[in-house]
Amino acid sequence: MYVCWVEVKDDGEWDFNWCDVGWLRENFDHSYMEEHVRISHFRNHYELTRKNLMVKNLKRYRKTLEREAGRLEAARCDFFPCTFVLPSEYHIFVEEFKRSPGSTWIMKPVARSQGKGIFLFRKLKDIIDWRKDGSRSEEQKDEAQVESYVAQRYIENPYLIAGISNTFSLSIFSLLDLYIPLKAWLYRDGFARFSNTRFSLSSIDDQYVHLTNVAVQKTAPDYDPEKGCKWQMQQLRQYLTAKHGFETVQTLFKEIDNIFIRSLISVQKTIINDKHCFELYGYDILLDQDLKPWLIEVNASPSLTASSQEDYELKYRLLEDTLHIVDMEGRLTGKEKRVGGFDLMWNDGPVYTDVGLEALGSSCLVENTLLGCVNDRQKQLQQLLKPFPGQKRT
Amino acid sequence: MLDESAELSVSITQIVQRLKGTHLHSQLEKQAKECLHKPEIKLETLKDDVRRLLKASGMTCLPPPRHPRAPPEHTKEPLAYMRKAQVNWEKRILKSLNSMCTELGIPLARKRPVPEQNELTNKWNEMGTDEPDLSKFRPVYAPKDFLEVLVGLKNPNNERSEDLTVRSHWGLIQVSLNVRDIPQTREMYPELGLTYGQLGIDDHTHVPPDLFESEHIHIGKKVVSEHDSAAAQQYSRQGCPTGLRAQLWSLILNTTDDPEAITHYEQLKARVIHHDLLVDNLIYKDVKLTASNDDYYFVFEDYLYQVLLCFSRDTAVLEHFNYNCATPPKSCIQSKSGSEQCAVVYPPNGVIPFHGFSMYVAPLCFLYNEPSKLYSVFREMYIRYFFRLHSVSSHPSGIVSLCLQFERLLQTHLPQLFYHLREIGAQPLRIAFKWIVRAFSGYLSTDQLLLLWDRILGYDSLEIVAVLAAAVFAFRAENLMEVTSLASAEAVLADLSTLKVMPLLQIFLFATSV
Repeated sequence: MYVCWVEVKDDGEWDFNWCDVGWLRENFDHSYMEEHVRISHFRNHYELTRKNLMVKNLKRYRKTLEREAGRLEAARCDFFPCTFVLPSEYHIFVEEFKRSPGSTWIMKPVARSQGKGIFLFRKLKDIIDWRKDGSRSEEQKDEAQVESYVAQRYIENPYLIAGISNTFSLSIFSLLDLYIPLKAWLYRDGFARFSNTRFSLSSIDDQYVHLTNVAVQKTAPDYDPEKGCKWQMQQLRQYLTAKHGFETVQTLFKEIDNIFIRSLISVQKTIINDKHCFELYGYDILLDQDLKPWLIEVNASPSLTASSQEDYELKYRLLEDTLHIVDMEGRLTGKEKRVGGFDLMWNDGPVYTDVGLEALGSSCLVENTLLGCVNDRQKQLQQLLKPFPGQKRT
Repeated sequence: MLDESAELSVSITQIVQRLKGTHLHSQLEKQAKECLHKPEIKLETLKDDVRRLLKASGMTCLPPPRHPRAPPEHTKEPLAYMRKAQVNWEKRILKSLNSMCTELGIPLARKRPVPEQNELTNKWNEMGTDEPDLSKFRPVYAPKDFLEVLVGLKNPNNERSEDLTVRSHWGLIQVSLNVRDIPQTREMYPELGLTYGQLGIDDHTHVPPDLFESEHIHIGKKVVSEHDSAAAQQYSRQGCPTGLRAQLWSLILNTTDDPEAITHYEQLKARVIHHDLLVDNLIYKDVKLTASNDDYYFVFEDYLYQVLLCFSRDTAVLEHFNYNCATPPKSCIQSKSGSEQCAVVYPPNGVIPFHGFSMYVAPLCFLYNEPSKLYSVFREMYIRYFFRLHSVSSHPSGIVSLCLQFERLLQTHLPQLFYHLREIGAQPLRIAFKWIVRAFSGYLSTDQLLLLWDRILGYDSLEIVAVLAAAVFAFRAENLMEVTSLASAEAVLADLSTLKVMPLLQIFLFATSV
């Protein structure tokens, strides 16, 4: 589909840049971009993706909401576990810590990802020791002087699927077109990543040669132990629906939408809006036993490497549909509510599906998001991207 | 007149016998006691009243027609050569099990010392973390071995000529049983027809829900709230909505949440804690090799142990041998004094697990998460359906009939394909057998599998499995015509995870010209 795109070398002029955040930091302010040019990050996306900044923005938004719309409305921002930025909020953290003895907390460095530098603690003593730890490098100690850690209440009752070793977190993707006015899309596919650490291969007996399909898979050089540890979002949604019924799961997914929308609104005014920019976010969400979703982290550069064929296909689709929405070729009208696997979630206001009027009363508006539902994107794209009669193909 | 009443009495006794101990029985007793106090009931006409009522209610649990002097084995399986084959097969399996036991020097059963019991109790919910050394254990048999037994079945009354003609059967199954062809299958499965709505087809995204889906869900909720088992079965023919399936299947299978079921499960759990069985290792091995490797079922590993270990010890399962042509295997256990040997059923439930057995349970984990509920449903599914997939019999839902039906459907409707595959040494049954034995568990994606099992329950028959196997070949016929070896045929049919079961079935059954 994109045979007409040409990769630009070195300092050539480019129309589209899928850059990493490092490049962005160095070059964004110095680059002049023509109107049609698109780039894959917002200048200060870290307002959403760095844990300390996100907490700050969310807390501020919550306060505003409470003042303007009352407690109940503000409570809808309570999807973020109790978090404090250290060292600046150290004292209020200690107060809260003492108020709930015996609970577990988790310490996370704000800037690093993939679980590096994270640890759990139950006693204040643990962090005091950690701060004094001589084995940490100078660089790490310097970091501790700046606001580079958050202490967060650990979710001790995660939702478990069939057993106590099966905790999981959800990876969901959202595409940000614009911040002002806010236009955001939600991808239907995603996955649940299991932390099944006991998924070991040593007990498999390769002597039973009959079963070479399985045995060979395991000993194959490209076998990836990660492979067995993911469920597609559709599987999860079906599983939850079978267990808890349709309505409960609808509510859950509405709550997840709520997380996306409010987290984006909270940084709407802080992020430097630029029509050249778009951004693909990966949200990490945890469910607790009451089926309440909690936001753990937002990633501006979600991992696009694949751990299996299925994974590869998901990420390929995701990228392809991202490019469809970015629409360098100008094929879209801008009024679409769905492009491929992306459903328009927010367009300066909530978005509802187009359903036949005769089937609905006014109270039956249905939100336009379909996380974990069937993704028949090929068909939809074919219809969407059909040229109109007489329209010239660019 | 006398004969009829005698027969009816026998039926009533049998029904009472089967109902004994169940929840339904106590309910009936209670109702009966209440009725007795009513003035309309007269003792003299009690017998007639009961007879009348039974006939009126339409209960037809009459025993199968049989000669009064026929021994029970003949009722379970009327064909002598089938009985013989089953007996031989059982001998082989048992021999294999016993020799493994002798070779490894591990007792068939052993009482656990108390510390081990305590450890297991603590670890009950995460038995999957255990990594016992299973390298010495081999599965007792795999479906491939069983297929060879079926291929070797011969009716001694038939003269077989070696020539392959248009009229001869091209497949591997060499016996003639009465199996349904497409017109007859259409009659049996009318609700799968093109004019009926289906879940799996008419709940697709582009179909507006008010055409079928919304109404169907609405009816489903009513069926569940009225606890109507017969209605649930009829309803299931058009598919069960995801949110209602667990309750609907429970209704159809008559499994309840009552305390008796939970107590029974707890008793079984206690037996697991107290005694270690050799077959436990076979179960561990099977789970590790199959379900744990599956992209979706690996999550349920612990549940599988909790169900299957208890299943092995459930002597109530022995009852199904009343209609299963198989006989429970017996092993000799030495008494404590060492002087006597007595034959005991081993394993206690009479079912020796084979490679892939745990896949019967895995899909159910999607629906039920209380182990006792999961257990009841699995056990019921086993004693109604799954046992027929690994015992030699002439029953229409038995594995032999299913294989034959598959081959006949293929030969009748896709003769060019069948002939081609035969020529390149890729007999279709060699590829399809593993699907049929597992009722497609582990081969289809879970949501599709559950839609298929909806129809197994709805029609109380496994024939749909054979039909689906043929439909899959029909679907991939074009690619299969191009292959030149068994290995490449296997490759074309290796991945069924993208298949949509209901459209395939509908097209094959109702859009094939006959």
